[in-house]
Amino acid sequence: MNSTLTYREAVRHAIVEAMEKDQTVFLMGEDVGHYGGGYAVSMGLLEQFGSERIIDTPLSESAFTGAGIGAALGGMRPIVEIMTVNFSLLALDQIMNNTANLLHMSGGQFNVPLVIRMATGGGKQLGAQHSHSLEGWYAHIPGLKILTPYSVQDAHDMLVLALADPDPVLIFEHVLLYNKKGTLNTDTPPLAIGKAKIERTGKDITLITYGVNVLKALEAAQILSLEGIDVEVIDLRSLRPLDDKTIMASVSKTHRVLIVDEGWKSGSISAEIMARINEQAFFELDAPMRRVCTAEVPIPYASHLEQAALPQTETIVAMARTLMEES
Amino acid sequence: MDLDLANTLYREMLLIRRFEEKCVEMYSKEKIRGFLHLYIGEEAVAVGVMHALNSEDAVFATYREHGHALARGVHPNPIMAELYGKEQGCSRGRGGSMHLFDAKTHFYGGIAIVTGGLPMAIGMALSDKMMKRNRVTVCFFGEGAVAEGEFHESLNLAALWHLPILFVCENNLYAMGTALEFTQSETNISLKAASYRITSTQIDGMNVTQVAESAQETVRQIRAGNGPVFLECLTYRFRAHSMYDAELYRQKSEVEEWKQKDPLVRLHQDWPTINIAQHEKEIAQIIDDAVEFAENGTLESVDDLEKFIYSSEVAP
Repeated sequence: MNSTLTYREAVRHAIVEAMEKDQTVFLMGEDVGHYGGGYAVSMGLLEQFGSERIIDTPLSESAFTGAGIGAALGGMRPIVEIMTVNFSLLALDQIMNNTANLLHMSGGQFNVPLVIRMATGGGKQLGAQHSHSLEGWYAHIPGLKILTPYSVQDAHDMLVLALADPDPVLIFEHVLLYNKKGTLNTDTPPLAIGKAKIERTGKDITLITYGVNVLKALEAAQILSLEGIDVEVIDLRSLRPLDDKTIMASVSKTHRVLIVDEGWKSGSISAEIMARINEQAFFELDAPMRRVCTAEVPIPYASHLEQAALPQTETIVAMARTLMEES
Repeated sequence: MDLDLANTLYREMLLIRRFEEKCVEMYSKEKIRGFLHLYIGEEAVAVGVMHALNSEDAVFATYREHGHALARGVHPNPIMAELYGKEQGCSRGRGGSMHLFDAKTHFYGGIAIVTGGLPMAIGMALSDKMMKRNRVTVCFFGEGAVAEGEFHESLNLAALWHLPILFVCENNLYAMGTALEFTQSETNISLKAASYRITSTQIDGMNVTQVAESAQETVRQIRAGNGPVFLECLTYRFRAHSMYDAELYRQKSEVEEWKQKDPLVRLHQDWPTINIAQHEKEIAQIIDDAVEFAENGTLESVDDLEKFIYSSEVAP
């Protein structure tokens, strides 16, 4: 069945579906119940499912994230919502030291089927403590799976996939996507975790990105097409595992690479992707790889500064032109 | 309490004592490496508390958890093999001394970040409540944990959600080498727990009889649905914090004073007919067997290094 709805509604749809189907699924986090969710994802769910399954937690990121691990070990399928990525740093002990390590540290005895959702990214003038993009950082950690849904379809499907996974999955929902409308088809099976999706085929440049920047990349590709530059846009979907196969196949076709990442350049997922292309497809390249990332500053409040800090359609277009001029 | 029970508790404490003495010996022979935190002196706490549990209950412990694993019923052989880094170890040699795990006995570690186990224990108790299982989760930690935010977050959740959980604070007076009085404005830890409206008691952690009886009653209360309970056990570690500790932070006289309260001696005083010789003999055999098992264990192939990161890579 096809329906048109917002990204926010698609996430909610997936939560409702899962909770109706499986009594062990529950949602907990700050303000998910009476308030309806910091980004209104869980609006109405408290009324529908009751306070035993839609649990308002105290402002205790570490404790309720750790409680998610324990509940998962105990046979439940918790969805932990962390209001925003910066707050997740308060739960880093649980995410890193326990969630990611437990299966290995126990010699394979204890897997942790935990789903953690959080809002990520800038663009809403929320300043330096509510706007960062740390998903690339989390992708550094073995034991975790890192998903970054861009489309309405993936906003739904990735939660379905995460809940079916035996291991911890972190889902990063970009704040600028919640109001975006799109089509949700619930008849076709979701594209698996670890598979990138080619959003637009092209022959001149491979543009690799994820999350809200897929939108900007597609806009940039449209502008560039008028200039005769044919851009292939890859939505990574998953930052860990990375879909090396799709990336290398595209690079082997276009021979030029542009990466767009809302994280900072230094030690970033964009750097990791460049390194992998270097290792696996160096001789396919006709020009140095290029990237557009967030400026190396904490995200500023003032709109013009914030916009200047973040990747934009125009900066992507300009970098693509530069890339085409290089032999 | 009767002689049978006294014999059982004595034997379990003696097993921990002798097992860890053997660990020290094997450490000096470089069979065991890394950090090795000994529980010697504190045996009454783990033994007394575990005695109150049934086989379905869940246990979370810390990096000083050899005693808890043994008292919980994890076999000494895989524990020793784990310390040797062998694949027959209870965590396949991936964990080591600080990360003993055992699914069969619901022993969830071996969590070596101070307070890190408390939130997980909360979640386990939450799952029991949600799934309507009549089960108790026990979480052990030292008094050093009390300074961490996760301690307060976790106690609040336990009380708020009325969870079937037993907090056991092993107050051995030193967080590594820093005395409690240098780190806490209120050194009576049970009062802190009480401030979260958790039933809270301070008991003599060197007296296994008292620990066992308190735990028995406490676990009964929890099973009856009366919510979380906090036991502060006053205890003392006779050995250094780990194998790298010169013990500059405490007086030898203080250690000697606490050794007068040795839980094994104490129990023997109360029950003079405990058959120590028989226990020593049997335990010596168990420990010899554990060492032999560990010595004969095999090292996991390096080809398998990247296993156990995701469930798909776990051998069936």
